[in-house]
Amino acid sequence: MSETLDKPALNIVGTRPIRPDGADKVTGRAAYGADHSMPGQLVGKILRSPHAHARIVSIDTSKARAVPGVKAIITASDFPDLASEVLEGGEQASNLRDLSLNVMARDKALYHGHAVAAVAAASSEAADEALARIKVTYEVLPHVLDVEPAMAADAPLLHAHLFTEGLEAKATAPSNIAKRHRNVRGDPEGAFAAAEVTVEGRYTTQAVHQGYIEPHATVAAWAEDGRCEVWSSSQGQFMVRTYCARILGIEISDIRVTPAEIGGGFGGKTTVYLEPVALALSRASGHPVKIVMSREDVFRATGPTSGSVMHVKLGASADGTITSAHVDLKFQAGAFPGSPVGAACMTALACYDIANFSIVGWDVVTNTPKVAAYRAPGAPIAAFAVESAMDELARKLGMDPIALREKNAVRNGTKAAYGPTFQNIGYLETLAAIRDSEHYKSPLGPNQGRGVAVGFWFNVGGESTAAVNIGEDGSAVVVTGNPDIGGSRASMAMMAAETLGVPVDRVRPIIGDTASIGYSMLTGGSRTTFATGMAVVQAAEKVILDLRQRTAKLWDVSLDHVVWRMGQAECTDPAKPDKKPMTLAALAAQSARTGGPISAQVSLNAQGAGPGFGVHLCDLEVDPETGHVTVVRYTAAQDVGKAIHPAYVEGQIQGGVAQGVGWALNEAYIFDRQGLMENPGFLDYRMPVASDLPMLDTIMVEVPNPAHPFGAKGVGEVPIVPPLAAVANALRGAIGVRIPHLPLSPPVVLEALDSKAE
Amino acid sequence: MSKTHVTTTVNGDTAEFLASPGMTLLDALRDELGLTGAKEGCGSGDCGACSVMLDGRLVCSCLVLAPEVEGRRVETIEGMAQGGQLHPLQQKFLEHAALQCGFCTPGLLVASKALLDANPDPTETEARYWLAGNLCRCTGYDKIIRAVMDAAAELRQERTA
Amino acid sequence: MARVTLGSECWPFTNGQSDFDIEAATVRDVIAALDARFPGLGAFADKRMAFAIDGVIHQDAWFSAVGPDSEVYLIPKIGGG
Repeated sequence: MSETLDKPALNIVGTRPIRPDGADKVTGRAAYGADHSMPGQLVGKILRSPHAHARIVSIDTSKARAVPGVKAIITASDFPDLASEVLEGGEQASNLRDLSLNVMARDKALYHGHAVAAVAAASSEAADEALARIKVTYEVLPHVLDVEPAMAADAPLLHAHLFTEGLEAKATAPSNIAKRHRNVRGDPEGAFAAAEVTVEGRYTTQAVHQGYIEPHATVAAWAEDGRCEVWSSSQGQFMVRTYCARILGIEISDIRVTPAEIGGGFGGKTTVYLEPVALALSRASGHPVKIVMSREDVFRATGPTSGSVMHVKLGASADGTITSAHVDLKFQAGAFPGSPVGAACMTALACYDIANFSIVGWDVVTNTPKVAAYRAPGAPIAAFAVESAMDELARKLGMDPIALREKNAVRNGTKAAYGPTFQNIGYLETLAAIRDSEHYKSPLGPNQGRGVAVGFWFNVGGESTAAVNIGEDGSAVVVTGNPDIGGSRASMAMMAAETLGVPVDRVRPIIGDTASIGYSMLTGGSRTTFATGMAVVQAAEKVILDLRQRTAKLWDVSLDHVVWRMGQAECTDPAKPDKKPMTLAALAAQSARTGGPISAQVSLNAQGAGPGFGVHLCDLEVDPETGHVTVVRYTAAQDVGKAIHPAYVEGQIQGGVAQGVGWALNEAYIFDRQGLMENPGFLDYRMPVASDLPMLDTIMVEVPNPAHPFGAKGVGEVPIVPPLAAVANALRGAIGVRIPHLPLSPPVVLEALDSKAE
Repeated sequence: MSKTHVTTTVNGDTAEFLASPGMTLLDALRDELGLTGAKEGCGSGDCGACSVMLDGRLVCSCLVLAPEVEGRRVETIEGMAQGGQLHPLQQKFLEHAALQCGFCTPGLLVASKALLDANPDPTETEARYWLAGNLCRCTGYDKIIRAVMDAAAELRQERTA
Repeated sequence: MARVTLGSECWPFTNGQSDFDIEAATVRDVIAALDARFPGLGAFADKRMAFAIDGVIHQDAWFSAVGPDSEVYLIPKIGGG
């Protein structure tokens, strides 16, 4: 590996070529989830619970079946009643039973928008009429939405058989607390008693949605022989295949899933909602069925990330050495266990070298949609609390916020708060990049404030497959199993071209369906450029070995005397000075005579994904009349290992910042007293628009990851971790008071300004 | 209820379709005419992914009823590249990496073209406010704005040349 | 002997004990040794935990090498968004 890293010059990696799928995406030709149709397809629609918590007493579909054009109606009784089982199919461990019950409610509707029945009809109008005629008798139950009320002893119970895991003594009564996480080091209480300075605060965040612009969509066909075809927009076609097979109780070999272009995911498309329903409707109707979610359904029925209540206490000596920390995190899981509080506990103090701490996390079910992964799941929430507390600590100590973080920073050899010892991290370099930036030294204007915050994410590796097929003209097709969510086709083509020594436009990257490429874990966890990129490079290297072997035979020299350089085989045998280099194109043209087509496939389970660190700097301005906050300048620095396509790395960082700014300033699920979401649309769920943001400056720090052939680390998730606190800390600077609750919307800011004036 | 026969012009060509009651222009383009470049992100005019031009005016096609386009002129993303050549905006979006997932891109391109047709020399602020009706969740808008400003500069040069 | 530390998720199997010296050449050896001492822990660790070997996280990787002086830290498997 180090041999590769020492290669003097890279010709393609690190440049900014136009993405290979670019023309399709600027002309409207690229086919996303809703853009595909099958002959004879029906329109599928889903009936959803109008209650936040209700027992389903009965479902009468007789009147709906009589609507002309209606071909099938299904309820939970059309799905197998599955036993509880932890599934490893996706990356996030999911419980198969919960997954199935989230796709279609069986005995109870657990949140407003929970699917209870579905219809397939010849037209959208007929489907709508059928939905209106399905009579569901509910027994409405008391509901609970927020995490702390859900933990109360007298809270309405969502699941009669949910007993808290992770307690010292086994739980004897059911509750809404699914799990307690705990991590302790040293003697935090003793260290607090000895601390010279302490800060303490309670912080809250609201549920927010990933907000991908493309609603979930699928078209599925169940043929008479039991073979199923699924076309859908997801972060992983193999994930869709596994989940559909398990939820429907059929064989994986009977399902072929074709990945559509995906219109954003951010973690929210790492699970299934529609695909098993469309398949069940197709089986029942004998026709292909297409289901497209409305935006309202996306908000009400797909996973946001957790709302939270957090408590952070930090203790330090007068010189700024943090001696003790206590972090308590209570996370909403939604209707089924599985909030990202475990990852939040692991990441909360990951940037700091602290001798004594205790971290406790609570996973709590609530009558809200089951949370799904959202970009560095859990980490931004915990970072909001910890980085806000760090800002308070810096103020109390009278220290520069970056100097305080540098003093307590983890470095190579530091034992991370979550356990292992850090290697090859670039955190100090990233802190220095912001400290030394022109932005950090620039003055602020009136009503402006500046905030600093840092963030960490693990990044993952995992299973990936890549095939490299050489055409008879010497061009290459690279096939992988990972949907391209943000430009990964470009980085795959670049890494293949770099390895093969050919121009990048000679490489065409393709994303295979589940029947045409080997298994690959989904596009998520910032893993694709790292893990799938590794498979691409190894497949290209196998091709090169094959080419060298063929050339050695052609020249009658030993393999050692054939080197591959700049896209051609060169002879290094001094005894054969007459052997002219042979290009890939020349070798490909005669491949039939030298052993047949040239291709290679590599499947691997990539280990050693390097963790990433980000340091963000936010300037904002407050309108004292309205409380409106405008971000006026933003710089994000991040250790990216090695930027394969720097423009798309910058894009990942900028996109993470924008989502984080929205989370900080405006976004929140708002429920009424009945537990119904009041703002399930983009007008009232206010995501950042172009006029809300300034240019977003990025600094890419490159401390290579030795496990990757070009040194890449995952980049997509880290940038959403710091912004919540960077914005909140800047606001603290601008208005002189801390608002520990998100979102920092104008009425909240105005109230803080008023309370300060009093 | 019976369907309405609609004759309109789409990207310069005559197009006919039958509109069912309640059908939007977006539905007609996507389901009747097979032009799936315009996307439905919200169905309520809040995201701009379905942006098209109607008689030279930028509209959300999800808010236009299909029979309203009778006798009118519709331009969609599919008509933006001419004669096998990408429009400078399309080219600049690619050069600046102004798209990640690409779902909002057709709407943003149509809206950007409407901007530059109306204002060939917008300030960054003008571009940001004009495009405020087009949501992008991937990019943070930085590269989109750069691409639009760069395309505007190139188009101005083309005009003076 | 590799120095193996168990994350708190594993403690119910060990009555809270977290640190062990284990003779192991691979992750699979570590799993087997843990299971021999605490029946059930091996399967649990195999399914739910990742193995950070000298700071590098290995997930679902039985044959990953463990050195004679390696630090092996068991942490919950990591996903992502």
